[in-house]
Amino acid sequence: MGALRPDLAIIAENVAPGARVLDVGCGDGALMAALRDKKQVEARGIELSRSGVAEAVAKGLSVVQGDADTDLGEYPADSFDYAILSQTLQTTRAPHKVLFELLRIAPHAFVSFPNFAHWRVRLALLWGGRMPMTRALPTAWYETENIHHLTIDDFRAFAAEMGLRIERAWFLTGDRLTSSAAANFRAEQAIFLLGR
Amino acid sequence: MTDERFGLDRRVRLTSPLKLDSGASISPIEIAYETHGTLNSDRSNAILVCHALTGDQYVASTHPITGKPGWWSRLIGTDKPIDPADYFIICANVLGSCMGSTGPASANPATGLPYGMSFPVITIRDMVRAQAMLLDYLGVGVLHAVIGGSMGGMQALEWAATYPERVRAAVAIAATAKHSAQNIAFHEVGRQAIMADPKWNGGEYYLTGEAPSAGLAVARMAAHITYLSEAGLTEKFGRRLQAREALSFGFDADFQVESYLRHQGLSFVSRFDANSYLYITRATDYFDLAEEHGGLLANAFRGKKTRFCVISFDSDWLYPTAESRHIVHALNAASAAVSFVEIESPFGHDAFLLDAPEMNRVVHGFLKAVG
Repeated sequence: MGALRPDLAIIAENVAPGARVLDVGCGDGALMAALRDKKQVEARGIELSRSGVAEAVAKGLSVVQGDADTDLGEYPADSFDYAILSQTLQTTRAPHKVLFELLRIAPHAFVSFPNFAHWRVRLALLWGGRMPMTRALPTAWYETENIHHLTIDDFRAFAAEMGLRIERAWFLTGDRLTSSAAANFRAEQAIFLLGR
Repeated sequence: MTDERFGLDRRVRLTSPLKLDSGASISPIEIAYETHGTLNSDRSNAILVCHALTGDQYVASTHPITGKPGWWSRLIGTDKPIDPADYFIICANVLGSCMGSTGPASANPATGLPYGMSFPVITIRDMVRAQAMLLDYLGVGVLHAVIGGSMGGMQALEWAATYPERVRAAVAIAATAKHSAQNIAFHEVGRQAIMADPKWNGGEYYLTGEAPSAGLAVARMAAHITYLSEAGLTEKFGRRLQAREALSFGFDADFQVESYLRHQGLSFVSRFDANSYLYITRATDYFDLAEEHGGLLANAFRGKKTRFCVISFDSDWLYPTAESRHIVHALNAASAAVSFVEIESPFGHDAFLLDAPEMNRVVHGFLKAVG
């Protein structure tokens, strides 16, 4: 098995062994497979792309083709220990509803997203005057799936507004952890563990 | 020493009474079936394949009447996703059919004459109960998996709901958990076509030597349209004319699509019994898995350990993706382990019988991973 994407590796490390996990936007199931194989986690996934689902199912994972915006309602409350939304929040039509559903389905949720206030993004916009294209946000504005860009401070405020508790947070620059000091400026992406 | 129970072209007479959903009971019953591969020593590698409405046990061997390869030989066979080198594969002709299993054309032991319309009305669950009796006879307690497309997928779901402890995994392809009004409507057209044929004679045609072939052919033609898609028909036939340069201004098969449908109808009657068509379409019309479980589909799957794989095709308008999603929704609500994928194909409902590499890949991966 190849190495996990850095945000997924952090999530994988911090999921309790034997937990029940719903991975929303699970892609080809790399995180689910790692959780199953290393932590005996009972993992389920939702993925929008047919090819992602096919690959995940071929790995023996339970993944359904579906959409975070429309299909989370069918999962019963508290049917999982953790819900995971990695690099997907900013692509949803209604992030607040998705977050609400995640914490209805599970008492804890891992959410990772690219930070739109990273200094490279700020500089690109400030000096370039064009929508930024950076290492963490490599796609042009007209092609990107990201329709709700947000910053780390936005997310903190958002969680507070929704009455959610931030249990832990990790910040990444490239594949390296970076301190939480000035994370909104220095981190390319963030991973939050939320509780109710 | 070879075990007479295993191999091609098998037939067994099961004598314990089969209690049916209608309240009637039937015995003895004969089941015609085939097996491929070898049952392993701990009897854990059996896969039951369930056939569709007019299918049969010839899933991976040449059909004795049509001479065509097995109907799922793209999925099942040596070096195929379901390989007899790995699995012990069972496929049985459903109760009510006409390829060797007991059905309306079989002799009623009470009279020695064909049952005809005195054959009891059966359900999908009755078919599954008969299959369970067959598995008992074969010495298969727990299935590695049950798999089927269309009506075969209904049986797979019914298996998981009725005998969850005997099914580790269920694969339902191009299937539905209930027959919709439109599904029933198309079947009713077919049944009326058969019953309107004077040769049907109230179902008593076995001794006259003249079957209601015209009615059965029309039934097949109407049904066949539902197995295809508009895009598929357009691509295959368009408005092209059949072996002529101009319209005939008559009622010959001017168009290729007419000729094709007539051929489908005619070739069907040589291999299928009209009364079986009535009984099996009735069984699918009666199918409503939620109804059997207090009206809530999730209840059919609650607390079950069976793993599910649901597959639909985007151009299937007979059992569209929405029906598969409905099943998946219920499985999620029941916290069952479920995988689901909609596969792109221009071929409509029949796509599951055609070359479908993505389906093959998903099925192979899913079955391999079942513990």
